[in-house]
Amino acid sequence: MTPDATPIEPLVAVEDVHTYYGKSHILHGVSLHVDRGEVVGLLGRNGVGKSTTLKTIMGLVHPHRGKVLFAGKPITTLPAHKLARLGIGYVPEDRRIFRLLTVMENLRTGLDRHGVTEARKQELLEKAFTYFPVLAERRNQAGGTLSGGEQQMLAIARAMMLEPKIILLDEPTEGLMPRMVSQIRQIIDVLHREGVAILLVEQNVPLTLEASHRVYIMEKGAVRHHCPASALKVDDPLIQQYLGV
Amino acid sequence: MSTVLGFLEAFPYQELLIQTLNGIVTGMILALIASGLTLIFGIMDVVNFAHGELFMFGAYMGVVVISATGSFWLALLLATLIVALIGAALQITTLRPLLGRDPLTTILATFGISLVMQNYALWQFGPVARKIPEPFTGQFTLFYLEYPWYRVLIAVLSAAIIGALYLFLKYGTYGIWIRATTQDRVMAEAMGIPVSWVHTAVFAIGAGMAAASGVLFGPLVGVNHAMGLDWVLKAFIVVVVGGMGNLGGSIAASIFISLLESYASVWVSPAQAGIVSFVVLILTLLFRPTGLFVPTPK
Amino acid sequence: MSKRSATVYWTGFSIILALLIVAPLVLPEFWRRFLTEILIWGLLAMSSDILIGYTGMVSFGHSAFFGLGMYGAAAALLMVRPPNLWLAILYGLIGSAGIALFVAYFSTRLRDIYFAITTLIFSQIFYVIIFTWTEVTGGENGLTFRRPPLEIPGLFSVPFSSETLHWFVLAVVTASYLILRRITQSPFGMVLQSIRENEPRTRAIGYAVERYKIVAVMLSGLFAGLAGVLYALQNRFAAPDFVYFLVSGETVIFNVMGGIGTLVGPIVGAGFFLLLRETFSRFFTEYYLIPVGVIFIAMVIFLPQGLLGFMRRWLNQ
Repeated sequence: MTPDATPIEPLVAVEDVHTYYGKSHILHGVSLHVDRGEVVGLLGRNGVGKSTTLKTIMGLVHPHRGKVLFAGKPITTLPAHKLARLGIGYVPEDRRIFRLLTVMENLRTGLDRHGVTEARKQELLEKAFTYFPVLAERRNQAGGTLSGGEQQMLAIARAMMLEPKIILLDEPTEGLMPRMVSQIRQIIDVLHREGVAILLVEQNVPLTLEASHRVYIMEKGAVRHHCPASALKVDDPLIQQYLGV
Repeated sequence: MSTVLGFLEAFPYQELLIQTLNGIVTGMILALIASGLTLIFGIMDVVNFAHGELFMFGAYMGVVVISATGSFWLALLLATLIVALIGAALQITTLRPLLGRDPLTTILATFGISLVMQNYALWQFGPVARKIPEPFTGQFTLFYLEYPWYRVLIAVLSAAIIGALYLFLKYGTYGIWIRATTQDRVMAEAMGIPVSWVHTAVFAIGAGMAAASGVLFGPLVGVNHAMGLDWVLKAFIVVVVGGMGNLGGSIAASIFISLLESYASVWVSPAQAGIVSFVVLILTLLFRPTGLFVPTPK
Repeated sequence: MSKRSATVYWTGFSIILALLIVAPLVLPEFWRRFLTEILIWGLLAMSSDILIGYTGMVSFGHSAFFGLGMYGAAAALLMVRPPNLWLAILYGLIGSAGIALFVAYFSTRLRDIYFAITTLIFSQIFYVIIFTWTEVTGGENGLTFRRPPLEIPGLFSVPFSSETLHWFVLAVVTASYLILRRITQSPFGMVLQSIRENEPRTRAIGYAVERYKIVAVMLSGLFAGLAGVLYALQNRFAAPDFVYFLVSGETVIFNVMGGIGTLVGPIVGAGFFLLLRETFSRFFTEYYLIPVGVIFIAMVIFLPQGLLGFMRRWLNQ
């Protein structure tokens, strides 16, 4: 499972980023990159800054120092809605689907964009319903009435409607039953097959090592280790060091 | 028995019928104003103190356009558009910088705007009230009463505008954008929705609705710089009584309060009839603080 | 407060106080009255700061407290012969305390914006009542009365002159400031500030937030009423204009311009606003609110902490 060796610059590059929440210095010079079509894992304990890294890439917070690049172009100061249009999809922790909108309407927030023909919209919808049949069943139900696992499906499907080049997944398996966890695993594969890059933040180490090409490990707001996923086993002492309780 | 009969005879049926109609008409205008206010509050969490002034500006724009062209309908259209644009400009310059700050700051900023707008109107148009002539006169007969057609038009048009707003929000791409932004601004942004422009658009829509009310109501009262004040207070009462952010509730509350006030004016003076809305407010706050027509959450 | 800070503070305080005492002796009549007015409005704004700056409750109801203080004093001065200064103050305070109690009750059940809007509507209710209840309140024309002499029963009684009135107002305002300062720095004051910072947490710690809010509103209302009494004494009339919510709005403007949570800030804010009004009236006559309003909006956006905001920490030590 190696990524294609094509254009030189990575799809997403984060260079020495320092992000603050108010006065708290959360990210202390984070650097990482994701190449086109790659699945990259981001591991680390709670509170080390994994979600903040994703938010910084998504333009939901802006760093005080450092750069974020998309296909070589700087996007550090761009607002999130422009980045969504450029091709970055975001699936946050706790899903955050629009609870009072129906499943259809949730999907439409991603579908209704400039330059997308009705035919294409239908294609995308069909795809979503094929991969997530439960969403087809519940298409006119309010998002808030779905179960946790179904909401996760919706959150991912919604991001897919943007036809993104990369999807930022923040702890997609959190709070899900094992059956759903393997479903998420399959979805990551599906997305990879379609050529969508993924930056996966997870606490579930085995899943991450299995699904990713490379992993980064963060601690205290910085990247501490970086290697191909194949170089790490679940019982590696590094894993114990950075993720053990 | 004779006292009962005497009471029934003396009961002012005719008056009450007229007042019912008046109450509905005033209620619809109030609903139109309050809808804009509720929309702005529900979606942007902004308490727009300047809403009454937008209403007033709309009425004045109506006066200006009518004296230039003589057409009431053109006045209605242009006033709505112009004030919507003014609203957008105000939102961009004074409210956007305040996004994310303490909600108190938006109350203060819009209060400041209302002061400036009121005095500007006073400066430009002077203290003497102007009049917007009715687009048509004529009355229809109901039982043995005569009631002006124009007032019926006001009620119908207001209802139509509110209905259009509802449909726009429920269906239509931009309606979904607005509703998504209301529920989760951050995720809406992450889905490619340009949230700041959504806010500007919503404010402009609210402003436009207030302006339309001003033009519609213009022929019934004099247009002067202070006319916004009473209406904005009533609109606030309606919004609180109806449940803040609840469109349906605001409409119901508007009609309810206006009907009560109209009935009260049969027996007491109009100024004192105004107390009715205050009483309703106090009772609502005491017993059903989330809104009269909203089921109290458990 | 550290020794050093305390010395600086009290020196500054004394200097300003001295200036204010000497002022009426050197200023022409117009500016003398102007200064007295600043002090009175300053007191009103200071009372409002207790709610806005310290407890975190924005109230637009201060015109009601102020107005009731004013009309209360008017009642005493018109109903009791000979007109008695202390009775006027007493009636005024009772009047505003009554309203404060009413508002206080609702303050515990509503939060933030709802509270602000409701206080606004209440102050308008009182305006309408006062405006229409002509037999008692004189309606639109208000009430006029004579200024009582400054007297301590049994000792002396001397009519107020422009200077002595100024000194009396200064004394009352200074005493009020010192009392309020003492209160805000006491444990009670700390709890209020904690409510402003994080109400749920304060409640979770175990404080009866409702009780504190009620006391805060009563305190605020009392001092606002006192300002109303002083205004009645200064101008010898009571009019419904002062119960109009615009007065509440202006009070909040003074607070914001001067800096909330500083106690002195609002007084400075009042002075600043009145000076702006004076200056702009020369060029814009009665439309002075257009430029002053624009300045206010600009301050809300760019200088939200107000003129003295930067001193807030230091003043509250």
